Amino acid sequence: MEIFGIPHQAFLGQLLLGLVNGAFYALLSLGLAVIFGLLGIVNFAHGALYMLGAFAAWIMLDKFGINYWMALLLAPLTVGALGVVIERLFLKHLYKIDPIYGLLLTFGLALIAEGIFREMYGVSGQNYDVPELLSGATNLGFMVLPNYRAWVVGVSLSVCLGTWYLIERTRLGAYLRAGTENAALVQAFGINVPLMVMLTYGAGAALAALAGVLAAPIIQVNPLMGSNLIIVVFAVVVIGGMGSIMGSILTGLGLGVIEGLTRVFYPEASSIVVFIIMVIVLMIRPAGLFGKEA
Amino acid sequence: MSIGITPHNDNKQMTKAAKLLQFTYIVLLILTLVAPMLGLYPVFVMKLLCFALFACAFNLLLGFTGLLSFGHAAFFGSAAYITGYLIKSQNFTPELGIAAGAIGAGLIGLLVGLVAIRRQGIYFAMITLAMAQMVYFICLQAPFTGGEDGLQGVPRGALFGVFSLQSDTAMYYLVVALFVAAFLAVSRIVHSPFGQVLKMIRENEPRAISLGYEVDRYKLLAFVLSAALAGLAGSVKTLIMGFATLSDVHWTMSGEVILMTLLGGMGTFFGPVMGAGIVISLQDTLADKVGSWVNVIIGVIFVLCVLAFRKGVIGELQAWLERRRHAAAAAKP
Repeated sequence: MEIFGIPHQAFLGQLLLGLVNGAFYALLSLGLAVIFGLLGIVNFAHGALYMLGAFAAWIMLDKFGINYWMALLLAPLTVGALGVVIERLFLKHLYKIDPIYGLLLTFGLALIAEGIFREMYGVSGQNYDVPELLSGATNLGFMVLPNYRAWVVGVSLSVCLGTWYLIERTRLGAYLRAGTENAALVQAFGINVPLMVMLTYGAGAALAALAGVLAAPIIQVNPLMGSNLIIVVFAVVVIGGMGSIMGSILTGLGLGVIEGLTRVFYPEASSIVVFIIMVIVLMIRPAGLFGKEA
Repeated sequence: MSIGITPHNDNKQMTKAAKLLQFTYIVLLILTLVAPMLGLYPVFVMKLLCFALFACAFNLLLGFTGLLSFGHAAFFGSAAYITGYLIKSQNFTPELGIAAGAIGAGLIGLLVGLVAIRRQGIYFAMITLAMAQMVYFICLQAPFTGGEDGLQGVPRGALFGVFSLQSDTAMYYLVVALFVAAFLAVSRIVHSPFGQVLKMIRENEPRAISLGYEVDRYKLLAFVLSAALAGLAGSVKTLIMGFATLSDVHWTMSGEVILMTLLGGMGTFFGPVMGAGIVISLQDTLADKVGSWVNVIIGVIFVLCVLAFRKGVIGELQAWLERRRHAAAAAKP
């Protein structure tokens, strides 16, 4: 059986891979959007935090024998705590000045994290085995589905939707959204805004780390994995517009799928297709697909 | 966008300072001219001047127009490739190769600029970064760039087909001449009426719009000029070193030029030169001693600059002189 002249197994395989990548884009751009909304900072270190999540899982297994399932919980907690420290030490000094300084500072932090891990582990990747429970594949009749990839898409989507629910439908989310609109007023109502900001950055960092742990068994864990991804995620954010949580999720997934399909039909363009879409979107709708005109 | 920059005073009180500055520049120029005779390694100084030119080009955009481009490696690197390819495979003479590189970078700058100026502030930075990454992937895959190896062994050739550039001394004086010309060009652009409009856009874009200026046109022209000058730096770099590689067009290069400008003092004329000097010397002395820690050190400098040192070396110096002048004026009855 063939789809548009491509063997359907290859086609569906790339589609799934695109969906997996899309899930990572969604998780990362979601964190970026939440952090930008409340802190007004474009977090260049997001890619580094994702890398740290993957390395945390790998180190936990390699040095301490902590398995994947525990790492899935512990790595985001560790990196989230690091995020809190970063916010307290550095970012809180930047809220009143031009946002480009936030980008530059987090860029510096990303360089530091990357440099340290390069020095310790080199640029070659470390292998992380797929946990036994999720190894192997399921034959669905029309395609063979690797269990781990299905798990990644499932977990990412649940976490994304959970975050959406938390922000759009709960009281805590209401505080967050209000803080985004007018932090001073929310503070005047007796809500501890600095604490909220700190925990938001921590949560964003934890989300990035979670994506890193999920990615560890699929790609080689290496120090540069984050910065290569973050630039694509920036393009995703520009395409989607940072205004809407659901927008970030849908844009991330959609672009992952488009990238996967490009890999089937015209592999040479697969690494730049997201950027090309960004150019087209900027020409037609500068605020982004889900953004509000500023 | 309001980036903390001390306003430039052109009144008469400054004439003394201006004279001192002119004197400093002349001394620096003479020092540069005699540097090879003083035993400084010419290739090192050429590399430094090259990056100083790159940083000045970048500063035209960040310092004087208030636009943070996170993708200037695209212009530097693509010009490096264009020049390398034309000289090596098409037997262009150096001056034509360099001109083609700068013009090519300017054209790429036009395309990137057209897209990027559709958004402001932080989005502008992200868009330029993404566009530069696209250029990077094109350089990685294009048939004439040599892929992972880059272009190696680009000959220096003979200027106008007459003056051989094989010796480092001949090359050195060409680089100095190009640098001085470009530095004066940047200063001319900034002091022209066009440059004044750019500064207005930096200080208050909505007001510039309300005064009837077509802000986007000004921004685009500034972007193209900056890209072309960055391209000039990249072209000259290929000629000096004899190679163009992927690291010329990688985002870390964009980061480095931002650091040079920030560290030296954005919005000052000499700041980027100073910043380039510090960063290149640092890399040169540390590279074989500490390996990957160089990136960590650069990251730390970034963080320190942003937290405590936003005016940069020259900016802080200017602010200090300014304060002293005010103190002296206040002390007088």
